[in-house]
Amino acid sequence: MRFTLSWLKEHLETEASLETISDQLTSLGLVVEKVENKAEELVRFTICEIIETEKHPNADRLKVCRVNTGKEILQIVCGGPNARKGLKTVLARPGDTIPSTKQVIKVGQVRGVESFGMLCSASELLLGEDGGGILEVDPEAPLGESYAKWLGLDENLIEISITPNRGDCLGVYGIARDLAATGIGKLIPLKDEKFKGTFPSSLSLKVDSDACPYFTGRIIRGVKNGPSPLWLRQKLQAIGLRPISALVDITNYFAYDRARPLHVFDADKLKGNLTVRLSHEGETCKALDGKTYTFTDDMTVIADDTGVISLAGIMGGESTGCDENTQTVFLESAFFDPIRTAITGRTLGILSDSRYRFERGVDPNSTLPGLDATTWMILAMCGGEASEVVSAGSPPEFKRPILFNPERVESLGGVHVKPSRVEEILSSLGFDVQKEGPKLSVTLPSWRFDVEHEADLVEEILRVDGYDKVPSVPFGERPEKKPLDSLQERRFVMRDLLSNRGLMEVVSWSFMSRGEAEPFGGVPESLVLLNPISQELNSMRPSLLPNLLKVAIYNQNRGIESLAIFEMGPQYSSPTPEGQHIMLSGLRAGGFHCGNWAEKKRDVDIYDVKGDVFSVFDSANISPQLETKAPSWYHPGRSATLKLGPQVLGYFGEIHPRLFKTFDLKGPVVAFEIFLDRIPLSKRKTTAKQKLTLSPYQAVERDFAFVVDLHISADQVIKSALKADPSLVENVVLFDVFTLKDNKKSLGIRIRLQPKDHTLTEDEIQAFSQKVIDLVTQNTGGVLRQ
Amino acid sequence: MDTAKELTQRFLRDIEKASSLQDLEDIRVSALGKKGHLTLLMKDLGQKSPEERRVVGAELNRLKESLTQAIDTRKIELEDLVLNARLASEMLDISLPPRPQPKGKIHPLSHVMDQTIHIFGQMGFVVKEGPDIEEDFYNFTALNIPPEHPARQEQDTFYLPAFSEQQPLVLRTHTSPVQIRTMLKEKPPIRIIALGRTYRSDYDATHTPMFHQIEGLVIDTKTHMGHLKGCLEEFCRLFFEDPNLKLRFRPGYFPFTEPSAEVDIWWKGSTWLEILGCGMVHPNVLRNCDIDPDLYQGFAFGMGLERIAMLKYGIEDLRLFYESDLRWLNHYGFDAEVRE
Repeated sequence: MRFTLSWLKEHLETEASLETISDQLTSLGLVVEKVENKAEELVRFTICEIIETEKHPNADRLKVCRVNTGKEILQIVCGGPNARKGLKTVLARPGDTIPSTKQVIKVGQVRGVESFGMLCSASELLLGEDGGGILEVDPEAPLGESYAKWLGLDENLIEISITPNRGDCLGVYGIARDLAATGIGKLIPLKDEKFKGTFPSSLSLKVDSDACPYFTGRIIRGVKNGPSPLWLRQKLQAIGLRPISALVDITNYFAYDRARPLHVFDADKLKGNLTVRLSHEGETCKALDGKTYTFTDDMTVIADDTGVISLAGIMGGESTGCDENTQTVFLESAFFDPIRTAITGRTLGILSDSRYRFERGVDPNSTLPGLDATTWMILAMCGGEASEVVSAGSPPEFKRPILFNPERVESLGGVHVKPSRVEEILSSLGFDVQKEGPKLSVTLPSWRFDVEHEADLVEEILRVDGYDKVPSVPFGERPEKKPLDSLQERRFVMRDLLSNRGLMEVVSWSFMSRGEAEPFGGVPESLVLLNPISQELNSMRPSLLPNLLKVAIYNQNRGIESLAIFEMGPQYSSPTPEGQHIMLSGLRAGGFHCGNWAEKKRDVDIYDVKGDVFSVFDSANISPQLETKAPSWYHPGRSATLKLGPQVLGYFGEIHPRLFKTFDLKGPVVAFEIFLDRIPLSKRKTTAKQKLTLSPYQAVERDFAFVVDLHISADQVIKSALKADPSLVENVVLFDVFTLKDNKKSLGIRIRLQPKDHTLTEDEIQAFSQKVIDLVTQNTGGVLRQ
Repeated sequence: MDTAKELTQRFLRDIEKASSLQDLEDIRVSALGKKGHLTLLMKDLGQKSPEERRVVGAELNRLKESLTQAIDTRKIELEDLVLNARLASEMLDISLPPRPQPKGKIHPLSHVMDQTIHIFGQMGFVVKEGPDIEEDFYNFTALNIPPEHPARQEQDTFYLPAFSEQQPLVLRTHTSPVQIRTMLKEKPPIRIIALGRTYRSDYDATHTPMFHQIEGLVIDTKTHMGHLKGCLEEFCRLFFEDPNLKLRFRPGYFPFTEPSAEVDIWWKGSTWLEILGCGMVHPNVLRNCDIDPDLYQGFAFGMGLERIAMLKYGIEDLRLFYESDLRWLNHYGFDAEVRE
């Protein structure tokens, strides 16, 4: 909402400075976005007149103009198609900076002809959208005067943002009322503008009350619709509205002055009588913006015998619009339902000042006064005579009064305000306040339908006196509780754990493209967005991996071929809360330890991610089982599923080679996925660790190398060795693996023996070794390598 | 005897001149070895008279002693020389980078979540969660946003296929549904925060279709606007590490709070920056959660985590939070915290 300081002062008698007014507005909740004075910025751009034009000798589209600045005659080359002899327009001189382009004007040659300035378009001066031609200034405008000043822009323009509940402040009068309540000025009451028509309306109405609760109007005949007077044009221009004609400018004026939208029909173009009703599917109307709109059922429209002629409360129709030939008008002032207006406007995609106001709620009691006030102004500017009012329906009923306990200001608002001040504030905002015992019976003004509860009234009191009057009180009692439960806490721990292992945390979208989800198990219809922002992001992701692969590609394309990343976030298997799984997924791509002098470069492999996965499980104190079977997006021979009993905890492995093509990836890429919230919490109740006895006897290590068939897993060999004497073996380390010919491989294991009650003799060690060899041979067919 | 003395003198000179440990060893063998000159002289003693043996023997022993000492001294000297020569050849380039330990970073959003949880945790708040895919009821209706409320169009909501026509499914547009879920499950007093992913259909320089919010809710019998101010002042001052940070509360509008407020902070001594919305929980919201608004009251607040992260760390482009450019993550990310 924009208005000028002088406009505000038409309704508010005040000595307050611009700064005080601006601070008060923000404090009231009418947040000041901007205060500016356009004329100051544009002071150097003056009105001039083209006195002669000539074709440019070297360019078809350019003209060489002789321009009267009021003081001298300048030669200026101009490209505006509307540049012509006699046109008054706006001049930029050498040294001036064009606001839109920041270009500094210089004296120079334009295609070989000297030019001493530039003639400006509206868009170049940031005074409008129109950049098609140079400005066409009123022929009466004085030469040499600052254009912006002459336009009426030498004004402090205030722009405020209005919350959706304050439709009453979409008019300057409402803003003045709020300001007056703070005590910085006095609201100047509106004059009584009742108007009595002199003849019966020739037009009759049929109004469906569902479509429109209250509709009024009147005929005004014998009008002359020229440009509106300079003061009105300047007023509208100052707030960025384009003057059109007296009739239209007057209705715009009331929209901004009283938050009262109105509409004028050219009554001579109407066929038959007016019907206000709900639309039928498929009906159309060409609106004043030149576009044709097609209606669905249940939009409020105004129709005559030819069909729909106006999008009620949103925009008038082109066929009945007023122009300079208009002689008879039908002036409409109505109350249209906020919700219906909102839906219609949204569905048709029309933004207009009228819709903006009706959907936020226009004071229903301003319908008839608005009609009368507008009538007066039309008669004053356009002449003619006005009929009696035709109307249908009545203003919607007011809500019942609110019983208000003024103590709520302190108990809810946290600040003590004297009861007399409470009454004063409410009265000045237009509420009717009656004492009812210790409480107040508060009746709402017709323009404040947003107020419903005591809490709303508390807000009124607080905001008029300022929220800064509320003293801040710190919490006295602070219950000693851990903010995170163990499951939540663990997420932070694991995040740190992986980052310490060298993985970078990323956050990617919860959505992805359905097509790209296909190789990852696909997305059911129930998880496809009905209104995605783009096809790239149309589905809830079934896995974090596709987005992580995209991160890998993004970075590979920027020269980072080796990377390790993880994300902690949701993936979705169904739209229910149970179908949302918190995952800890990650991938490693390219080389490990790259570009470093100390270690040899090598490719990442599944044992790197196995390490990531097991560090997570180790920290949770669980040891899952491995199964050599994983989802289809992993390499079938180089992946595993992690399970705890029947419960799947996650997967790891090499990304399936097929996906490299789909994703245009550079390999190798290994990945893991962990269902974080399926990892059981440790059952231990205490933080004490298990007792440890340190044996005083010397530990012994023995190395063995076994040749086994290629399909025998290292795990089988280690488990067999362990069985030789579980009480003696402290650990078994696999220190060497390599493939031999004939489908054999060699596995080197180092066994550490820790006796607990005596030092081992050579014979005992020998016996143990033999047992290891026998067990491995027996269980795996392995042979000790000699 | 003179021979022995002369011999010793010669050996002492040789020892002095010996330039390597090997030379020294050769001298030792030649003087004191099994067939060394002095050893042989010692052996000759047997043929001498006891009187002569005593005198010469003592002299020989003295000479042997002096040679042994000289050799030992010279050996230490030579060993030092050798060690110094080796050390001189063993210079390492200390400018080589340390043996690398690959290290990842924590995303700034996680870091900010961690900090906010910590600060509110000390005020007695506990963390609650809710699903990203929400029923319309929790995201809108229960929060006093009926189907045709203008606030619904201001939040461009993502929709999913509905279970039924009455209950559309949405991606939560704010973390506020967690308020509803908590109030329906728990009795006051309530003091919770909820953090997480939120979604709105908007994508430009200052909006991403997914973003993060933190929500707070306090319900008891006496918490009022003053407490709301105190709580948020404490948070902002701790979070932005400025004990004198100025906050401005001004009237705002949210369907789920009344009175409502927007909060600005006075930033770098130059401008007010809006950082969060808050207010006293609307009586209709309490009623929707079976909490009697005549007995209970409290406040709620919500703020964007990206917003406060950008302010605190001087991050300029919102979209880069989600671009996952490793250079950005490395620059704006944080080292892991030390945890127990």
